[in-house]
Amino acid sequence: MLRWIVWRDLMLAWRRRADMLSTVFFFVIVVSLFPLGIGPETQLLRTIAPGVVWVAALLASMLSLGRLFANDYQDGTLEQLLLTPQPLFLVVLGKTFAHWVVAELPLVLIAPFVGVQFDLSRGTLWILFASLLVGTPVLSLIGSVGAALTLGLRGGGVLISLLVLPLYIPALIFGAGAVEASVMGTSPSSHLSLLGAFAIVALLFSPWATAAALRISLE
Amino acid sequence: MNIYKYASPASFYPLAGKLIPWFAIPAALLFATGLFVGFFIAPTDFQQGDAYRIIFIHVPAAWMGMFLYILMAFYAGIGWAFNARLSSMMASSLAITGAMFTAISLVTGALWGKPTWGTWWVWDARMTSTLILLFLYIGFISLQAAIDDPRRADRAGAILALVGVINVPIIYFSVQWWNTLHQGATIRILQKPTIRGSMLAALLIMLAACWLYSVAVVLIRLRCIILEREQNASRFAEVGV
Repeated sequence: MLRWIVWRDLMLAWRRRADMLSTVFFFVIVVSLFPLGIGPETQLLRTIAPGVVWVAALLASMLSLGRLFANDYQDGTLEQLLLTPQPLFLVVLGKTFAHWVVAELPLVLIAPFVGVQFDLSRGTLWILFASLLVGTPVLSLIGSVGAALTLGLRGGGVLISLLVLPLYIPALIFGAGAVEASVMGTSPSSHLSLLGAFAIVALLFSPWATAAALRISLE
Repeated sequence: MNIYKYASPASFYPLAGKLIPWFAIPAALLFATGLFVGFFIAPTDFQQGDAYRIIFIHVPAAWMGMFLYILMAFYAGIGWAFNARLSSMMASSLAITGAMFTAISLVTGALWGKPTWGTWWVWDARMTSTLILLFLYIGFISLQAAIDDPRRADRAGAILALVGVINVPIIYFSVQWWNTLHQGATIRILQKPTIRGSMLAALLIMLAACWLYSVAVVLIRLRCIILEREQNASRFAEVGV
């Protein structure tokens, strides 16, 4: 069941590759705007890089969250999925995982290249990659709760960011903190461990919350 | 007498109407007393002068802001779990008062910060987490406002509030930790001077006043919500909404 859901969502996303690419380009463009707004001073750029890349990742993931359930909701698939004998928990987990692969993984892969613009060292780029790899599942997981709650609402796109962005703050702090520690030359491992712990907590709680929210939204 | 009968909005409505003056009048009296004690009896602080007197509204507002969020999540959770309409209505009416107190504590904190620290805002752990708390309130209120069906709004709000409650401690500690890492940018908060008896008295009276005020206002708003939602029930036909 889990594998089937993931496979199906990945297949659907593959047939609409443009959506996926637009999120990635959004991320790249937002990150590139900061040096233009702030100025090309290398030292300053190196200092703000962790925060800029992470905030851009939060915003980019916000863009794709609307699509997590909306298409299935519109064509009625979601209702059928709710009727299946398998636990809704698994359906949600599968869809969230597929969303992560489609929307977040490309960001994780491209982030080190974007980081080069900010003159980060090679070690720091690896930490940036690692922090996003551990942190972006949190974004998908918590974001799925918001996506389920705002399903089919007027102005859902803006509303979801009001709901979800404050909940992302710990991920932002630990994720950007890890990269920053690496820029400063200290060990980022404590930040990464805390980020991992937050990811595990999110993995435990949010699929349940999302499942409950879906049932409420589809009543 | 069976107290459970008041779990029904229709029978709670008149009870709330009777209770409101019992909270509103003491609240007004205590506000007057608290402000009098705070402004005229409590001594001037030797370090901060009279600027410290804003504490008498700042601290109670901050406490109420935090406490009402937990209370709101509790009522929303009860309303969701037991399908109790009144609890959910209570949660919606608590949200606005809680958001108001949180906003007051931020504004008064900024006003207090300017004369004492020389700046309106520092990214201090407590201020940052209060700001995030305000964001959580705004999320809850705007989610409920966006949903037309009141029952769905109640339940969706309950999930959001409960997720928020799980997240609040994590946010608090992460902000605190983030704050200690950025030590250079922060100004250490005033070393707490030992608080004088009359200052403490004024603070506690103001806290009690804020409590009673919250109860009164929440009940008034609850009555409005009951009227709004149950306007088609025959019981309320004579109220003429």
